[in-house]
Amino acid sequence: MYLYSITFYIFSLVAVLSALMVISARNPVHSVLFLILSFVNASGLFVLLGAEFLAMILVVVYVGAVAVLFLFVVMMLDINFVKLREGFLQYLPFGALLGIVLIIELGILFLTKSFSKNSLNKFVSSPQINEIENTKLIGQVLYTDYFYLFQISGLILLVAMIGSITLTLRDRGQVKRQNISSQNYIDANKAIEKKKVKLGEGI
Amino acid sequence: MIYLEHYLFLAAIIFTIGVLGIFLNKKNVIIILMSIELILLSVNINLISFSVFLNDISGQIFAMLTLTVAAAEAAIGLAILVVFYRNLGSIEVNKINKLKG
Repeated sequence: MYLYSITFYIFSLVAVLSALMVISARNPVHSVLFLILSFVNASGLFVLLGAEFLAMILVVVYVGAVAVLFLFVVMMLDINFVKLREGFLQYLPFGALLGIVLIIELGILFLTKSFSKNSLNKFVSSPQINEIENTKLIGQVLYTDYFYLFQISGLILLVAMIGSITLTLRDRGQVKRQNISSQNYIDANKAIEKKKVKLGEGI
Repeated sequence: MIYLEHYLFLAAIIFTIGVLGIFLNKKNVIIILMSIELILLSVNINLISFSVFLNDISGQIFAMLTLTVAAAEAAIGLAILVVFYRNLGSIEVNKINKLKG
């Protein structure tokens, strides 16, 4: 149990510190890398909680797709990031006040006795988690009870894909493209001209 | 011993950092998008810890749906960002006022 607590505190400390670095790093590339560190530590916490499937999904989807997407965009755009940081210190006192108020309120809410282990057990509805393994249980529920939500989430991904493609697609005039139908409709008799060439003479 | 409160408080800290990131980096859209990702991560921590401590798998399903929506949101947001940069040559948030009526 001591090992569990120590692991929890290490993972959560690194996650919180890297989240702080995400919003305060000077270079956005470092920001994205700290975001990746934060997500990896959060997935470690999920493993600690016993949600292995979600932990792996978090690593694959966030670190493998979303963070790399961020990294590509940050590296592609040629932006003066120093200029964008103007006003960071100007808003810092008020922002820190707001953050402290928010964290105290959330802390009061979460650290009260209403979320302690004994008062939660009356809300149980679905099958017990500890009986079968995590991934199998998610599969059993996801394709039956939550089938429509699963389909809708697929639809959301499709809409997002189409939307981002149509947003970023642009027609550049001078690029030469292949026109398949005009290639297919070429008449061989018109395209090639036959000429008789006499011996010893050119055309 | 680690209980539900610890996870909830961790999620609250990360949520606050995300809100603070939106507040402090007023000009940089990329950092704002990353702060939104942090907020969604804290929501995921909440959902999964409740799911585990309540012995109810539904929370993990909802965390997965949140993950889907977060990925879609990041893709659309970055696409809008790229188009905006192509048109204006900068990503300062306070210059985004072309849609005002």
